[in-house]
Amino acid sequence: MPSYRRICVGSASRSEFDAMPRMTMIEAIRSALDVSMARNDDVVVYGEDVGFFGGVFRCTQGLQQKYGVSRCFDAPISECGIVGTAIGMAAYGLRPCVELQFADYMYPAYDQIVSEAARLRYRSAGDFTCPLVIRMPTGGGIFGGQTHSQSPEALFTHVAGLKTVVPSNPYDAKGLLIAAIEDPDPVIFLEPKRLYNGPFDGHHDRPVTAWAKHELSEVPEGHYTTPLGKAVTRRAGEAVTILAYGTMVHVALAAVEETGVDAEVIDLRTLLPLDLETIVASVAKTGRCIVLHEATLTSGFGAELTALVQEHCFYHLEAPVMRVTGWDTPYPHAQEWDYFPGPARLGQALRDIVEAR
Amino acid sequence: MTSPTPLHFHVPEPASRPGGKPDFSGVSIPKAGSVRRPPVDVLPEEIRDLAYSIIRVLNHEGRAIGPWVPDLSQDELVAGLRHMMTLRTFDARMQMAQRQGKTSFYMQHTGEEAVSCAFRIALGPDDMNFPTYRQAGLLIAHDYPLVDMMCQIYSNEHDPLKGRQLPVMYSSKKHGFFSISGNLATQFVQAVGWAMASAIKRDNRIAAAWIGDGSTAESDFHAALVFASTYKAPVVLNVVNNQWAISTFQGIARGGSGTFAARGLGFGIPALRVDGNDYLATYAVAKWAIERARLNLGPTLIEYVTYRAGAHSTSDDPSAYRPKHESEEWPLGDPVIRLKQHLIAAGAWSEERHKQTEAEILATVIAAQKEAEAFGTLHSGGKPSARDIFEDVYAELPPHLRRQRQQIGV
Repeated sequence: MPSYRRICVGSASRSEFDAMPRMTMIEAIRSALDVSMARNDDVVVYGEDVGFFGGVFRCTQGLQQKYGVSRCFDAPISECGIVGTAIGMAAYGLRPCVELQFADYMYPAYDQIVSEAARLRYRSAGDFTCPLVIRMPTGGGIFGGQTHSQSPEALFTHVAGLKTVVPSNPYDAKGLLIAAIEDPDPVIFLEPKRLYNGPFDGHHDRPVTAWAKHELSEVPEGHYTTPLGKAVTRRAGEAVTILAYGTMVHVALAAVEETGVDAEVIDLRTLLPLDLETIVASVAKTGRCIVLHEATLTSGFGAELTALVQEHCFYHLEAPVMRVTGWDTPYPHAQEWDYFPGPARLGQALRDIVEAR
Repeated sequence: MTSPTPLHFHVPEPASRPGGKPDFSGVSIPKAGSVRRPPVDVLPEEIRDLAYSIIRVLNHEGRAIGPWVPDLSQDELVAGLRHMMTLRTFDARMQMAQRQGKTSFYMQHTGEEAVSCAFRIALGPDDMNFPTYRQAGLLIAHDYPLVDMMCQIYSNEHDPLKGRQLPVMYSSKKHGFFSISGNLATQFVQAVGWAMASAIKRDNRIAAAWIGDGSTAESDFHAALVFASTYKAPVVLNVVNNQWAISTFQGIARGGSGTFAARGLGFGIPALRVDGNDYLATYAVAKWAIERARLNLGPTLIEYVTYRAGAHSTSDDPSAYRPKHESEEWPLGDPVIRLKQHLIAAGAWSEERHKQTEAEILATVIAAQKEAEAFGTLHSGGKPSARDIFEDVYAELPPHLRRQRQQIGV
């Protein structure tokens, strides 16, 4: 197994961990921005409520005070304006890292993202480039209703020229965000908002757990990167491969524990470029695959994953690839937990797929 | 109680349609030299009237009069005339090349040559334009090679953009010309971002945003005005009102607002309206706004009142939606003829020199065309490699594109 798969779990000795601070995902993202701004004057951070207040989720808290208003500032409520100006800044030579308050609010910026940021290098044959990061909180689990719960990752992975990242824990969030800011191309950075303050395995009726108790909340203070395009195996197993990202990684681990099915859980981390090698190696070994995501089913990213597994692992498959996802409906409010693909739904799928012939 | 009169739905209509008589009686044109020239640090609220007037320098006899007469030497004006003539000749040759099947598409500037040619001269060499598809004068007046422009139009093996872009969607960072999208209005807000970056870095360079009358209706235009206003970005916001957005007359985008310049007023952005067919006035107004931006006084909105004398593109036929001879009735005349008359009146030019120059420019453009065609045209000769499809999507070729490139066998 290549060593990068163990980049987080058990990569440092116990004594190193003891020396490391523990961070929530919010603190890890803030630390990534802080480290990046300190290292490079060209990094600027802005968005709605991002400056003085430090963002509605507090990810940019203290940055304006530390780096001044020309490096971290409030923007008008115009996602088109935020992304459009950031593209101009990137073309100038800055490295803007902008925040859209919710992924659900990105649609006014979509033309700028799809037709402009994604294609600038291509259409100008490298004359102009767009090193830009667009951060946005994604996913549900906070009773946000249809306008604060969406998972629009497939709307980005479908676009040539974008990279799309979804971290599942504080350690990766920091390393991936620094890598995204240092990347020469536009990166969509989707932050699962239900993971901001603690890991969440889908058991909404149980007490909330804090990141402090989780191994991956041990985050170095300084600079490090987690490479884009590399997945990580969170749990090795023989019976079935679960492909997940963001919040669903924790759901997968919980369902595996509860069902006792010896599943391999892969945290994709970056959806595009995708680490196909890791996926293929795992499915070739297990012969079964479940794709898990919170977004709607039809034309979701799971459809792409399923197609790739079929193309590359057909002769290893012992059962049809299964998808466990959100329903093809808008994200409901009161019925949030009927919509959310939690451990019960995945558990049933796990039991079904290991019995399938 | 009687019931009120039923509501009625309002759709603006142009003054005349095909078969009708051209009618520009609604375009009120002040006398040349009659509009005041405020200092560049004027407060926006003190010049609100300028958003409803038209700054003009050249009068009917071709004399330059009034406070906006710019400090351009006769040599500089002759150079300006040559730029406009070159653009017009270039357009004619490329339009013909498209008709001959050498490329898929072309867009002419006929009647609007002064706007981009004069603006480029007013701008500094390191400033950045975010143009639309009808500002090639920004390249020609900045000595961008005609051969490179043609190679782009032909999408041939020498195309600087490797065959990826529709004809005329040029890009040249070196010449202060941002990559043209072809998606309308997106560049307007990007220009504001570029200008914000320049201010953040305490640079001296400024940006120029470009948009047509029709696409001011896009939300990007309004976002650009908000951001430019909020951050006092060093940007010149140029609206080229050529009266027609394909078949849609400018009233559909303008709505109840008197002018496009007036759009700036609600944002506290000073707004000027200028005779876009008057090279001297266009240069003077551009210079004023550029100086203002350079002095950190913030953005200026300029509306260039002009007329698209030709078709929107090679895919368009204006006789289907406007009177056939409307362009001849346009009250602000032709920018090339007007500058030529001015130079003749000033004793710096003659009909003979003009004819001679026309012939000389035609020879230059034809020579460039021959050179460009030696590298191929869209359907014959050298063309970009299929390999180029996959390059520059990202800085580094990701694995999935490597696999797809292998499939195509290059």
